[in-house]
Amino acid sequence: MKAVLPVLGAALVAVCLVSLGTGAVPIPPGRIVAILADRIGLDGVGAFEPYEAVTLTLVRAPRVVLGVLVGAALGVAGAALQGLFRNPLADPGLIGVSSGAALAALGVTLAGAGTLVGLAGPAALALGAFAGGLAAVVVVYRIATVDGETSMATMLLAGIAVNAVAAAATGLFVFGSDDQELRDFLFWTLGGLGGVTWPSIAAGAPLLLLGVVPAFFLARPLNALLLGSAEARHLGVDVDGVKRAVVTISAVTVGTAVALAGIIGFVGLVTPHVVRMVAGPDHRIVLPGAALLGAVLLVAADLASRTVVAPAELPVGVVTALVGGPFFLWLVVRDRRRGRLAGASSS
Amino acid sequence: MQPSLPRPQLLTPWIAVCAALAAPGAVGALVAQEAPEPRVVALGGSITETVFALGAEGLLVGVDQSSVFPEAARALPDVGYFRTLGAEGVLSLRPDLVLALEGSGPPAVLDQLRSAGVDVVTVPADEHPRAAIDKVRRVAAALGRAAEGEELAARIAVDLDRLAARDAEVGGGPRALFVWGRGGATLQVSGRGTAADAMLRLVGAVNAVDGFEGYKPLTPEAVVAARPDVLVVDAELLERLGGVEGLAADPALGATPAVRNGRVVPVEILGFIGFGPRTAETALRLRSALHDPRPSP
Repeated sequence: MKAVLPVLGAALVAVCLVSLGTGAVPIPPGRIVAILADRIGLDGVGAFEPYEAVTLTLVRAPRVVLGVLVGAALGVAGAALQGLFRNPLADPGLIGVSSGAALAALGVTLAGAGTLVGLAGPAALALGAFAGGLAAVVVVYRIATVDGETSMATMLLAGIAVNAVAAAATGLFVFGSDDQELRDFLFWTLGGLGGVTWPSIAAGAPLLLLGVVPAFFLARPLNALLLGSAEARHLGVDVDGVKRAVVTISAVTVGTAVALAGIIGFVGLVTPHVVRMVAGPDHRIVLPGAALLGAVLLVAADLASRTVVAPAELPVGVVTALVGGPFFLWLVVRDRRRGRLAGASSS
Repeated sequence: MQPSLPRPQLLTPWIAVCAALAAPGAVGALVAQEAPEPRVVALGGSITETVFALGAEGLLVGVDQSSVFPEAARALPDVGYFRTLGAEGVLSLRPDLVLALEGSGPPAVLDQLRSAGVDVVTVPADEHPRAAIDKVRRVAAALGRAAEGEELAARIAVDLDRLAARDAEVGGGPRALFVWGRGGATLQVSGRGTAADAMLRLVGAVNAVDGFEGYKPLTPEAVVAARPDVLVVDAELLERLGGVEGLAADPALGATPAVRNGRVVPVEILGFIGFGPRTAETALRLRSALHDPRPSP
């Protein structure tokens, strides 16, 4: 099933093109070509209005790029965590990484990151979110792992506890906040790609790539881990090193994704599942496949979020949860009938 | 100014030729040159209200979600809540001018609008009654209707002065509690430093809850302890709660002097704390209701 990667790649190109060409401001394809030609210095390809150029290059294009980056990051983080924990419920949202990151980002915001100049604001935000995500995943992992074996039930319970504490702390902030801050909470808890600019992408993209790219080199060790920690050690895999790498990678990617786009649920949970269902459990396919599918899903969800109620916008997390929630229920029901939970551990 | 006269005459055919060459929509372009009526998007309920009060509602091509007054504003395209805008939604309405209440954003979206050539004018959102005067002047200036703005601002100023003069006569007024929401048995009320607090002061009332700042939930017990003589309630909320009878059925609210004596004053929330063109008349009405010891029939 190696064909799955080219197919996903083609789907990503297609959804990006559709997303660039669709929106509240109608821009015919001919004008899009003219605008892009004008940007690379070709004159006279065709006429366009200045507001159309701004919409395309400063509003829509950054959203599409951010959607690709964040979707890929969430997909990879989900796939790597599910591989490490050897269970299919290890979603950054469910085990508390996202809410830990969002809470820390919120703290940084309230502490006045908005007053920092230039890239210092986004950078402080990303660092804070990274630290929060890392703290959450370390806590959950430490609690759930005894003698190198990770208990699924304990991990989920610890994740629920982390989520509850984060929700309580957020509620405490909400209690003492004004209208503007309440709207900020909405962003952090439901996500959104709107208002993103090229400078904030420039600040976040290196961190995202720093997390996503090394993940692809973990495919073989994660495959060995499918057999169990002891077996992987016998195969010469540095199990503890892999664990540290996955934990760091997921904290970097999810933390940065949260700092740029808020909490976007279900992408990290659903995408590795779908890729495994189609192509099997080989991480050499699952990791890049989840990255591509995550990008496809998020760009499509953002397209829906900014067109369904135009000229207003829905939070993108609402769209991903509306699609991801029922899908996950279907997955649970299907696997209950089969008497098991599908995923990395079952294959 | 004789020498400058021939220039427009020379220019006109030149503009016509340019317009004809530029695009198929040449006629439209020519019309636009002659009658530059700006297309305006208003962000913030009090801004929209002010545009209507200045008689400039014909320029509006869109408003935000908080623009609920007057009724006609609800029929205009809605670009979402003014603090969580999307740039493309606003741009799709092709505005020349965006009148934004302070706090509109996110800031990056306003920057995107500016780089698309839209004139973005931010109007301060100070939360005291006199801010309405400044707000009217600024909106009027941005719309090129300074004369109408001066007239409206003067009317508001006269009304506010009248209020101030009356309160000098009266002194300590009734204890008033402003209620804007209810979840379960808990009421959402306004403490010190809020817009509602400023309005209650303006009409010579004492805010019944001044132990905290901002908008907070109040437990039933604290409602009884606040001993309000008058309840000022968001009109829509009062309707949802079943009017004064509905309030009387609530164990905590029913025990307050305000509800026992039937002294419940409904207010339209944007007029009450929006600090726009209706601020002074809302305050005057509220004042007579507050200082009348008997409930109006």
